[in-house]
Amino acid sequence: MKHLFIVLILTSFISHATIIDVCATCEVKKIGDATLIAKDGDIIRVQQGVYYETEIQISHAIQVIGINNPIIDAQGKQKSVFACKANGFTISGFTIRNIGLSHTKETAGIYVTKSRNFRLKKNTFINVYGGFVIQRSTYGVITENKISGTAKNETKAGNGIHLYRCKNMRIEKNETIGMRDGIYLEYVEKSSISNNINDNNIRYGLHFMFSDNNEFHHNQFKDNGSGCAVMYSDHINMHHNSFRDNWGMASYGLLLKEINDSVIESNLFEKNTVGINIDSCNRNKYKNNHLNSNGWAIKFQGAATYNFFEFNNFINNSFDLSFKSSLKNNIFEANHWSEYSGYDLDKDGIGDVPHRPLKLFSVVTTHTPDSVILLRSLFVDIINFSEQVSPIFTPENLIDTKPIIKVIDARY
Amino acid sequence: MLKILKYSIYDLLRSRWSYVYFLFYLLLGFVLLFLNNDVNKAVITLMNVIIVLTPLIGTIFGIMYFYNSKEFTELLLAQPIKRSNIFMGQYVGISLSLTLSLVLGLGIPFIVYGLFRSAAIFDFTLLLVVASFLNFIFVALAYNIALSTENKIKGFGYAILMWLFLAVVYDGLFLISLIAFNDYPLGKFSLIATMFNPIDLSRILILLKLDFSALLGYTGAVFKEFFGTAFGMVMSMLVLSLWVILPVLNINRKLRKKDF
Repeated sequence: MKHLFIVLILTSFISHATIIDVCATCEVKKIGDATLIAKDGDIIRVQQGVYYETEIQISHAIQVIGINNPIIDAQGKQKSVFACKANGFTISGFTIRNIGLSHTKETAGIYVTKSRNFRLKKNTFINVYGGFVIQRSTYGVITENKISGTAKNETKAGNGIHLYRCKNMRIEKNETIGMRDGIYLEYVEKSSISNNINDNNIRYGLHFMFSDNNEFHHNQFKDNGSGCAVMYSDHINMHHNSFRDNWGMASYGLLLKEINDSVIESNLFEKNTVGINIDSCNRNKYKNNHLNSNGWAIKFQGAATYNFFEFNNFINNSFDLSFKSSLKNNIFEANHWSEYSGYDLDKDGIGDVPHRPLKLFSVVTTHTPDSVILLRSLFVDIINFSEQVSPIFTPENLIDTKPIIKVIDARY
Repeated sequence: MLKILKYSIYDLLRSRWSYVYFLFYLLLGFVLLFLNNDVNKAVITLMNVIIVLTPLIGTIFGIMYFYNSKEFTELLLAQPIKRSNIFMGQYVGISLSLTLSLVLGLGIPFIVYGLFRSAAIFDFTLLLVVASFLNFIFVALAYNIALSTENKIKGFGYAILMWLFLAVVYDGLFLISLIAFNDYPLGKFSLIATMFNPIDLSRILILLKLDFSALLGYTGAVFKEFFGTAFGMVMSMLVLSLWVILPVLNINRKLRKKDF
């Protein structure tokens, strides 16, 4: 037992990491030099100060830690600040600024390729073309970073966090403001995106392409150019996100394009031009979402089958529902509709008369978009009312047979 | 004319209907704000009520007052007073008393519920301005009808028909033409079509101020471009004024020829 103890102490002594300090008066003055001499398991401590460096190579399992928030300034060069290709490294506590815009090269504050088990934490990015670009990597954690840009138009801006062909990633508690896309995922699998704040991005707050089996929850998407787009993906789980104030001619809270077998649950959609835009999505479940004060709460474009809506709140939307083609096998059951005009005689909380969520005027505007100009006129109220009483133009099977009388308060 | 105006206002202020109208708006305002405390939302609901009801009340009041005070008017005509002074006095009297009922009736509850502390004050002011315009417009139109029909029942019928046309039928025709010419760019057409109906114009004016333009698609962009600018605002106020001025001029023209 005693021997074992000594052996343990000795081995820990031998394998103990070297600490390399970097500062203006230290032996090593540049971060780039430190990362070149570092071995696996070393710790590089970068002291406070401004460092004018780009393309700092990280190729070992090292920890690069900024003490008191050192600044790395790229001086407008079209180069990445950190270029990483290693397993088990950490970069934390830096402020990275002034990366130039490039149309031919992909540059970012931290550029990671073919890496595993890395951790990127508490970094701040100011005026950068792109925040993170991460390719072909697995088991990475990106947390508590702040990325802000001053993007004016889409062609001259990069993305906050851009993942390409990654797996098992965790993106948590980041803030992206004023980039092109806040978070952009391409071919990313089994990852979780949670508690991020994505505001005022000029294109999408979150952009998903060909990424199956992901989960995103408790994120905030506010006032983005066109909202959030989730496209060509299966088995997505979205819950407890808030989509607010995405208001503009071509804006929506959430755009779903060819999303199958997914769950959209307990989200808040408030004051968006379109709350959820559903385009060719099948077998999805929409549960307990709150859709308040949107132009269109739910807009179907193209075929959508076997979608199931239950326990959602539809409150004060200009249009609750609109769709272009036939809406077969989509079921609305037990939702709350603020437009419901029925009654509940047996007091069981469920309306005795089924609710027809689709208005005639909504059908008219889908075929003749210009006619929205008559919104809120007496004529429109009259035709809506007469259609409600005896439906002719709106599909008869599109009804909520168990409309819930009271607002469903909680988001579970 | 001022004397006639004074007397017709006194007359109307003594009448029960002005108070009923005033109390109706007072109640509406309080109930709306009681049900939801949000001044902004109340403005939207109020718009729905105002653009339908104000023209209707204006029309009915105008035509009723004309026929009811016909004998008194004929008595006045026997005096050495200009015809236009008599009728303009009456016209302005009715319109002003209606506007007063409306502004006070809605103003009091909104001020009580903190209008001055909310951002809705401009929207609310616009709403009141538009409603006042609608009063003046529809009383003038009602007078036009009353002057050209001796028969009371017929006059009433025409007036209601006129309201029905502008409030409902016009929009129906508008919608049909939009559907029929769906393949053509209709932005400018809709813009012009709304100008020809004071109710539509008021509705669009308020809707755009409440930032509904994003819902209105391409046409909305055309409208926003027009109404969003100071020029558009001045222009639409001008059109609303024209809607007052032209019927009033027509009243005067008719008066000169009419044989009482």
